Amino acid sequence: MIELRNITKRFANVLANDGVSIKVEPGTIHAIVGENGAGKSTAMRIAYGFYTADGGDILVDGEVRRITTPHDAIALGVGMVHQHFMLVEPMTVAENIVLGAETGGVASLDLGKAAEEIRALSDEFKLAVDPRATVESLSVGQQQRVELLKALYRRARLLILDEPTAVLTPQEVEEFFAILRRMREQGKTVVIITHKLSEVLAISDDVTVMRDGRVVGRVKTRETDAAELARLMVGRDVLLRVEKEDAQEGGAVVLGVRDLSVTGRDGKRRLDGVSFEVRAGEIVGIAGVEGNGQTELIETLAGLGATGHTAAGEIKFDGHDITRLDARARRKRGIAHIPEDRHRRGLLLDFDLAENSILGDHYRRPAVTGPGNVFLDDRGIRKRAVQIINDFDVRPADPDLPARALSGGNQQKLIIGREFKLEPKLLLVSQPTRGVDIGAIEFIHRKLVDLRDAGCAVLLVSAELEEVTALADRLLIMRGGRVVGEVDPKVATTEEIGLLMTGGEH
Amino acid sequence: MKLLRELFFPLVAVLAAFVLGGIFVWLIGDNPFETYRLLIGSAFSWPDGIGYTLFYATPLIFTGLAVAVAFRCGLLNIGAEGQLYVAAFATAWVGIKFGGTVVDVFGTPVNYSWMTLPGVVLVPLAILTAIFVGAAWGAIPGILKARFGSHEVINTIMLNFIAIALVSYFTQYHFKQAGDPILQTVPIGAGVHLPRLGSFVPGLPTRIPLNLAFLFALLACVLVYIFLWRTKWGYAIRATGANPTAAEYGGISTGKQIVLAMAVSGGLAGMVGINEVLGYRYRYYDGFSAGYGFTGIAVALLGRNHPLGVLLSALLFGMLIRGGIFVDAFSGKVSKDLVEVLQAIVILFVACEALFRGSFGKFGLLKRSKV
Repeated sequence: MIELRNITKRFANVLANDGVSIKVEPGTIHAIVGENGAGKSTAMRIAYGFYTADGGDILVDGEVRRITTPHDAIALGVGMVHQHFMLVEPMTVAENIVLGAETGGVASLDLGKAAEEIRALSDEFKLAVDPRATVESLSVGQQQRVELLKALYRRARLLILDEPTAVLTPQEVEEFFAILRRMREQGKTVVIITHKLSEVLAISDDVTVMRDGRVVGRVKTRETDAAELARLMVGRDVLLRVEKEDAQEGGAVVLGVRDLSVTGRDGKRRLDGVSFEVRAGEIVGIAGVEGNGQTELIETLAGLGATGHTAAGEIKFDGHDITRLDARARRKRGIAHIPEDRHRRGLLLDFDLAENSILGDHYRRPAVTGPGNVFLDDRGIRKRAVQIINDFDVRPADPDLPARALSGGNQQKLIIGREFKLEPKLLLVSQPTRGVDIGAIEFIHRKLVDLRDAGCAVLLVSAELEEVTALADRLLIMRGGRVVGEVDPKVATTEEIGLLMTGGEH
Repeated sequence: MKLLRELFFPLVAVLAAFVLGGIFVWLIGDNPFETYRLLIGSAFSWPDGIGYTLFYATPLIFTGLAVAVAFRCGLLNIGAEGQLYVAAFATAWVGIKFGGTVVDVFGTPVNYSWMTLPGVVLVPLAILTAIFVGAAWGAIPGILKARFGSHEVINTIMLNFIAIALVSYFTQYHFKQAGDPILQTVPIGAGVHLPRLGSFVPGLPTRIPLNLAFLFALLACVLVYIFLWRTKWGYAIRATGANPTAAEYGGISTGKQIVLAMAVSGGLAGMVGINEVLGYRYRYYDGFSAGYGFTGIAVALLGRNHPLGVLLSALLFGMLIRGGIFVDAFSGKVSKDLVEVLQAIVILFVACEALFRGSFGKFGLLKRSKV
């Protein structure tokens, strides 16, 4: 169906694609896997005309074609669904789908006809999308199907999906895979970009593995396994399971949350009477579909209120009521926080690594020196930054680089190093491995377990169910701003947890 | 190396402006080389050229620093103009009320003072008044932003109108000498005059108004650098400007930083009053500012909001102002508006930097990591 031959693409001084050749057979589901920055998205964006390759050919149905704009790609039957949806929320499904491909005359828009076509397509692939609904009223899973329809409506025969499952619940992933299989039956070709090995094994026919801008492996899915794929991706053997001892019983209660409620600026309840405890030496995990109060919970516990939340209830730390303390005071007492969005919260991207390593502690020793602790102690700051960089294997190991220059995994390691340096009694950690490559994930998990074993209380939020179940000693499930259940992650099944997450609505 | 990269685009912008300005001169029907020779020659002659260039650069260093400090906190201070007016008036007021007997416009000695303070007390008092009044005026939009979230651009613009009208009113109805045809206050006492640099520098006549305020401006550049990059306060301000949500995460109260940055910014703008009132006119002269507060935005932009850059670009602008006067007087067809054209083109090119980066990047002339 489509073939990339010897594609080369350079961004400034980074070779994003180096002689990449990928052949996608028609009527198959083809997975492209690799770590962040391996060049998989770049290759597919070249196929879709988002970028133009510096060298190499694109063949569609065996013929060399010039694809320099998405328009060219669409004309050849190539469609793409991006990781971040490109939908206009207040508009209807039909309006979104025809946007840019309007039928009818110059001034008139025949939405009725378009809606019929969309309904027919939706029925054909059992997508169950109502063309007249507004996009904002749809769930994330449904919105994704609108994106699929958008491509199908433009007569796409090949669909490129960039990290499609990142935003879905386990149940939604299952449904989504069923849709992909139906598409394959109807003769469509699917390319799925992902880094989740379990999904590759579940859905694909062929796998292309990329590393450092090159293709390092082409395998049939049924002839491979997770360990082999991970080895190809990282270039060495990777421990896919988290190895940890059981948590010590009977640690002191470090964090006690009672009846915590948070109301947003819009008057909506974000947290509704949440109560739980976290003890020293245990990791308490929180599972849930994103947007069910986890963000608000962590931010409220960290003392960040600028999002316009008002909180009620009681937060006790080490036996003291800290409900009224601000972020700095809480940090000073030993509450570290690894935020879910490292670009928005965790880093000053234009500041160098040394400056980033003191965020949160810039006002006190050892970051400052001199009378009244006014002046920054440059040498001390750099020394500390170098320690963090070495201890947490941040690469490139240059404290003068801006944080922006680092990959996601290395940025995350810098943040984790900084927070660990606080020697916290409580660590609030949210999405610790989001957008982080497999090698770094292994490292980060190890560090979290080590911190727990050193007696720190850890509260962990992750959208990756595998991650929370692997790391947590106890698992709380959140839905609609409430804690709706607690399970033992060692014995609970994915189905059981998924059911609690969605309230059995599926 | 890093410095070179920072300087590259401003230099390209200035060069491009001169080339384009030359084309304009040629289109008007004059000789561009002759015009530039006149412009640059008159700005660098000794002692008048250099003396006046530095004198014209002085207020722009202050306002450029003012805009740069606010910008480092993520704020656009359009209000330096108003801040420098209230500060200049306030420092004149100190000079009038505590300066002792002066000679009025008709040549008669008069005493407007409540008391006469000695110079060692009076000069620092007048200087601090300028700084603090400017800071207070600048803090107002800062507080409004921190407390109510109202945008500093709107508020600083509005405060400019208020400031200018207010000091004009006080000058006209309360501090002008009856019968004086010029809208200006009575003079300040001689004890508060800042010495002109001509008194120390051999070969520089004292008729050139370049005064001690220029040295204060240089000192301000150094202090602003230390403040922003070497203190915890500067760190908090820059963190707030770089990413307010991350600053908040780091336990920094962003509201406080906004007020602090605006106050420091206003204080720097207020120092223009020191040059103008204490060092040059020895009275408050209504409407004295030739848009210093607004040109300061351009100076900061060209100087990349860094004290060293601000100093260099203020010197460039000072040179243009000085040279423009000579171009106006001695060239055939070109008027001093050429200077404004040049300034405008510089700004446009600096603002188009992204465009330059793009095309230079394509030809591999500029290697800058994207990742």
